[in-house]
Amino acid sequence: MTAVTDILNALALLSNFVLVPGLAYGSQLALGALGVTMVYAVLRFSNFAHGETMSFGAMITILVTWWLQGKGVNFGPLPTALLALPIGIIGTVLMCLLFDRFIYRYYRRQKAAPVTYLIVSVGILFILSGVVRFVIGPQDRMFADGERFILKARAFKEMTGLDQGLAIKTSQGVTVVTAVIIVALLFWFLNRTRTGKSMRAYSDNEDLALLSGISPARVVAITWIITGALAAVAGTLYGLDKGYKPFTYLGLVLPIFASAIVGGVGNPLGAIAGGFVIALSELLLTFAYKRVIAYLTPGDWVPDGLVQLLATDYKLAVSFVILVIVLLVKPTGMFSGKTL
Amino acid sequence: MSMNLRNVLLFAAMGALLVAVGVIQSANVALAILNLCLISAIMTLGVNIQWGYAGLFNAGVMGFAALGGLAAVVVSFPAVPQAWAVGGPRAMLGLATGVCAIALAIVAWKRMPGSRRLRGWAAAGVALAGIAVMRLVIDPAVEAIEAVEPAKTGFLGGLGLPIVLSWVVGGALAALAAWAIGKIALGLRSDYLAIATLGISEIIIYFLKNEEWMARGVKNVNGLPRPVPYEIDLQQTLWVQDLAARLDFNVIELSSIIVKLCYAGLFVVALAVIFWLSERALKSPWGRMMRAIRDNETAASAMGKDVTWRHLQVFVLGSAVIGLAGAMLTTLDGIFTPTSYQPLRFTFLIWVMVIVGGSGNNLGSILGGFVIWFFWIEAEPIGLTLIEFLTSGMAQDSALRLHLIENAAHTRLATMGVVLLLVLRFSPRGLIPEREK
Repeated sequence: MTAVTDILNALALLSNFVLVPGLAYGSQLALGALGVTMVYAVLRFSNFAHGETMSFGAMITILVTWWLQGKGVNFGPLPTALLALPIGIIGTVLMCLLFDRFIYRYYRRQKAAPVTYLIVSVGILFILSGVVRFVIGPQDRMFADGERFILKARAFKEMTGLDQGLAIKTSQGVTVVTAVIIVALLFWFLNRTRTGKSMRAYSDNEDLALLSGISPARVVAITWIITGALAAVAGTLYGLDKGYKPFTYLGLVLPIFASAIVGGVGNPLGAIAGGFVIALSELLLTFAYKRVIAYLTPGDWVPDGLVQLLATDYKLAVSFVILVIVLLVKPTGMFSGKTL
Repeated sequence: MSMNLRNVLLFAAMGALLVAVGVIQSANVALAILNLCLISAIMTLGVNIQWGYAGLFNAGVMGFAALGGLAAVVVSFPAVPQAWAVGGPRAMLGLATGVCAIALAIVAWKRMPGSRRLRGWAAAGVALAGIAVMRLVIDPAVEAIEAVEPAKTGFLGGLGLPIVLSWVVGGALAALAAWAIGKIALGLRSDYLAIATLGISEIIIYFLKNEEWMARGVKNVNGLPRPVPYEIDLQQTLWVQDLAARLDFNVIELSSIIVKLCYAGLFVVALAVIFWLSERALKSPWGRMMRAIRDNETAASAMGKDVTWRHLQVFVLGSAVIGLAGAMLTTLDGIFTPTSYQPLRFTFLIWVMVIVGGSGNNLGSILGGFVIWFFWIEAEPIGLTLIEFLTSGMAQDSALRLHLIENAAHTRLATMGVVLLLVLRFSPRGLIPEREK
């Protein structure tokens, strides 16, 4: 009997520290990587400004959230930020369209090399990071409200009678549910609607799509609308879960690119898979297995060390190492995609 | 000739700006800006070698500069004998184990018989086992070293050699890192290099922040030995006191100016040497070949040029120059602070310098380094003055006004972005364009 409880305890421990945070973080990365991959598939460049775009979306959402909170509006147990999110999406989409009209469009007409776009995106990265810091300041911002937990560790213990608690934060639940809805909508759009199909055609073969009467301006505009929306959602969810700080979003660019490349740049399915691969391996490799092993081995034996493969500080290195392995072994990524 | 006149005028205008700062603010401020302009110019030359000569996008300038900083610590700081006694040899053995593990993994990948998949797993297995062994060897040593007077040292210290030597060592260290990353990412699509270098630079910074036994991590290394005299000593000497009396200058201020001038002299020599070498390389057959590869890879490789190998070469060279500049920066600061390395300041700002100066032109890179660094520093007072002027109509304690003034410093980020985009759009060849042959 104790053997079964021990295994369940070990599972609860792993779920609490690896599975649940991994699913939430993976969803955030997946949404971010989807944005990068959409830009890559249609506009054919790596958008270095995507992290700052996420930050911009989160900033607008936070400002609206504060305004709503000031008016006494709330969303019951759910965070008020969800009510503010649509405005954040609209703001980010408008910003993306504006930048495209006044900056990217010129280079598209010039048929500029991808690396020129990359440098342009660095310029936009500067502008956005300046604007965000100017408007909201460089400090930490907490804007999560409502219930903090869906499932509290103590409630879980009482329910199951296990020693190990399993807690699910509201932000984690909201993240996963929102990500599922967004991804479902995106795939429905890409695979079922006429516009979505025309986008896939454009991404697959630009000239052929033009010949078939697909308007490139429309495809590009829709790409930016989707990218802006994805960025605003990803940025807000990340901020809700981990606290908003402008500085961290630049650092997110690396795991996001790693997710997109691991899955296969330009492939939406790959971006999602990549996000979860990166998030879960970060947590699995930096988790201290000491207590799990203690539960799984018979008797009272406990390992001496923490049994941790990598120090927690090296989380970022995990995404990099996975990126390097993929570049070495299969540069096209798991789903070897190039098209939508 | 008119081109030359234009260049002279541009540099003269830059000099006039620095002199103006010297007059309006103070000579000390102007010289402080000048010294960092010189270092920025060298970093920009390094990036220009990669981008201007060969069209490689390096998004990891920060990491290579930080390796230069590490070199400054390791070369110049006196060794900590106690730390060496408790864990030095063991830590070195651990490092050696790590290097061997990587080498063995590479050998397994390259030389082992069997399928690709089998070799891949074998290499991964060797690498993981190697890391485990390395941790077993190195962990106790690290713990022991970090326990030696943690408030003052807690690290191995360095070799106690003159700090100027570290400029060469920093270059070599950065070259080594560049070689490893270039081996992986060159030859793939061009943005993969950008992303891989972005990654390696972040990891180098994490490594420097966390490995306290090496360079104290976030606790910083203070008081690196200087290549130039100290202000305090200068203030004691007769000729300085004499000069101060004759110029009617404050002795303290004069000593600080002399120190900054000494640094500027060293940096000018370094800049001149690197500039001369870069120009020689650019004009040589090698330089022509690099530009041929940049302009048409397919044609160049059809002519029998090994494109990937040449890219690796130029990438390593450019990174070495960046590493050298990084070591110079830490020399000037006299303090090594891993947390101060931010990608916006150390990677993307250098890129603005290259593009604004004129990619492919070494003189342009130097000018770009000067102009952008000048405005990066001066944008703050200018922006503040501007905002104070614009909001002067509002009430003194208006919340909006206070917010704007408090965050005025961040306008410089946006300014840099706007400058970069404007140059790219309206003058994509930069202030001093590449010379057509």
